[in-house]
Amino acid sequence: MSTTRPEVALFVTCLVDLFRPVVGFAAVELLEQAGCTVSVPEAQTCCGQPAFNSGDRVDAKTVAAQVIDAFEGFDYIVVPSGSCAGMLSKHYPELFEDDPAMADRARDFARRTYELMAFLVDVRGMTGLDAAYNGNVTYHDSCSGLRELGVKQQPRQLLASVEGLTLIELPGAERCCGFGGTFCVKYPDISNNMVGDKTTDIEKTGADTVLAGDLGCLMNMAGKLTRTGSSIRARHVAEVLAGMTDDPAIGEGQPE
Amino acid sequence: MKTTTRQFKDNARTALADTGLQSALDKMETGFVVNRANAAARLPEFEALRDQGRDIKNHTLEHLDFYLETFEANVQKAGGHVHWAATPEDARQIILDICRSVDAKTVTKGKSMIAEEIGLNEFLEENDIAPIETDLGEYIIQLRNEPPSHIIAPAIHVLKEQVADAFHEAHTDLDPGRSLEEPQALLDEARAILRQKYLDADVGITGANFLIAETGSSVIVTNEGNGDLTQTLPKIHIAVASLEKVVPTLEDASALLRLLARSATGQEFSSYTTFSTGPRRPEDPDGPEQYHVVLLDNGRADLLGTEVREVLRCIRCGACMNHCPVYGAVGGHAYGWVYPGPIGSVLTPTLIGVEEARHLPNASTFCGRCEAVCPMRIPLPKLMRHYREKAHEEKLTPAAERAGLGLWAFAARRPGLYRWAAGLVIRVLGALGRRRGRFASLPFASGWTRYRDLPAPQGQTFQQQWAARNGRRGRGA
Repeated sequence: MSTTRPEVALFVTCLVDLFRPVVGFAAVELLEQAGCTVSVPEAQTCCGQPAFNSGDRVDAKTVAAQVIDAFEGFDYIVVPSGSCAGMLSKHYPELFEDDPAMADRARDFARRTYELMAFLVDVRGMTGLDAAYNGNVTYHDSCSGLRELGVKQQPRQLLASVEGLTLIELPGAERCCGFGGTFCVKYPDISNNMVGDKTTDIEKTGADTVLAGDLGCLMNMAGKLTRTGSSIRARHVAEVLAGMTDDPAIGEGQPE
Repeated sequence: MKTTTRQFKDNARTALADTGLQSALDKMETGFVVNRANAAARLPEFEALRDQGRDIKNHTLEHLDFYLETFEANVQKAGGHVHWAATPEDARQIILDICRSVDAKTVTKGKSMIAEEIGLNEFLEENDIAPIETDLGEYIIQLRNEPPSHIIAPAIHVLKEQVADAFHEAHTDLDPGRSLEEPQALLDEARAILRQKYLDADVGITGANFLIAETGSSVIVTNEGNGDLTQTLPKIHIAVASLEKVVPTLEDASALLRLLARSATGQEFSSYTTFSTGPRRPEDPDGPEQYHVVLLDNGRADLLGTEVREVLRCIRCGACMNHCPVYGAVGGHAYGWVYPGPIGSVLTPTLIGVEEARHLPNASTFCGRCEAVCPMRIPLPKLMRHYREKAHEEKLTPAAERAGLGLWAFAARRPGLYRWAAGLVIRVLGALGRRRGRFASLPFASGWTRYRDLPAPQGQTFQQQWAARNGRRGRGA
């Protein structure tokens, strides 16, 4: 593992901030285990994908410029989501391509930005963790992390070191779960068909827990699993790796 | 062709409820997808070949005028004719005039998406010329009076029982009690019927997978050999193709052919790859007396130099739709025009306008699987996003969607206000959902909760909790 102690800024993502803060704390924990000093810049809201993917380039650029400002001066920006990390590292430079004042800053920002799993393994050289989880888990590869950023083997490598955990590969793990940001509410019938196929595949693995690296996909799959009466739990992979699995799983009730 | 693209959502709902269609679509993941992956894995230089293919097409498109004129000159040198058609109307009229010059009654047709784009069959029928599709899939859907639902597997949505029904209904000369349960029986019957049609046809019309500038040849690939009979037996062969099908050399065509079948069906090569150059020469054993190429523009030339020019690299392999989860859910007809799947979601707004086709580039999760398998490395999600931007600029998106986006943008640009408002809303939702951990319905989230629960937030935002710890870092939430 690398010996210098880099300054890392956590881009929490709006969904983690609003719906599942434990993922943010798990990310902080993992980054600290990887020898980083972690900060959370206050002036962050969202990465801008809702605007960018709705064709609203003007608002997407405004939000992107705001994020680049807020994360100035850190060695790395780390994101517990492949989708948002892809936005920051692949699409910000694209947004400012024709803007001489911002193009270099956006490229520099993009170079410093990583998805959490890729950062831990590829940048920090983490090979394993001191964590335990009793159960059979399966793993869904979220699309942007997989295809935009090449996140595939890193979470599997870390999960392999978790005591008591057995990973059962999910057939069709690389097929979209049907979330797609606003897609799932704009085209609910199609999205439902896709997530239905996905949860059927998850059920067939016999796993008791489904993990992924993106909260959007997880909320979609968890919501479908609970709606269909399944007892399979859904968690962000960082929760398991950081040993923070005392909270109820996504969409699971809390005993009073 | 009749367009139902505006009704995409209704089309999709109908398709999702069609159990026959759904069982047909389910086979794609185990067929096309697995076969393509295996074919790509067997060829070590496959990824390098994709780069080469992209570069060949980019080069050609940058010098399209030159290569098209070279192609024309070499077609003429071989004794053939080239006809330039700016619009579908022009293309139809050119083809009709050629057919009428020999007083054609029937024409046989090889598979051609351009013929679909220009609505050729309907037009010929209106003018008392009977077009007969000779590709088995195309023949089936012609009998069923419907458009193709896939660019290389036009009848992928039809079950074999439905094929048998169509044959029983159409082939009334045959014994009505015959069994058509086995696929082989269907194949034998279609073959026997079509054989005579080839011999009777006055004109054969094919598409072209490639046009080769240096030789003036048109190239078709098929797995049935129907294209060869279509283009060699009648007196006249007409190849109808769009401008961007041209490539400079034979070598370029063979590089692209190595990509085409692997990407499409997972074959190393299609069963038949046929090069046509000019009409029959005196020493040829067979071939047509006349060879015509109809070159369709239909707005393509205007795309050169624009942001969507990359769509012109497409070689129509169909890999994008084979791998698309949306196509896999709704099939091809839901898209409502000629080209379905991701390539259709870009081509359709390009060719018939973004107002008509607004839904198609929107109905994508941007999962990126299409771009990952496109042999020509066309950035399909990026091009779909381009049309979303166009629709947004032209205010074609629904008012509620625009209002929601405006509200989001207002908050996202104001981190202080955002933190305060989000904290408040999340605290309420967290308290309401704490016990069950989820919501079965919420008034403002019915699009979500119609089909799935909404997981409840944990209670406080991350930002609130982080601030409360006053920057203290450590374990536990």
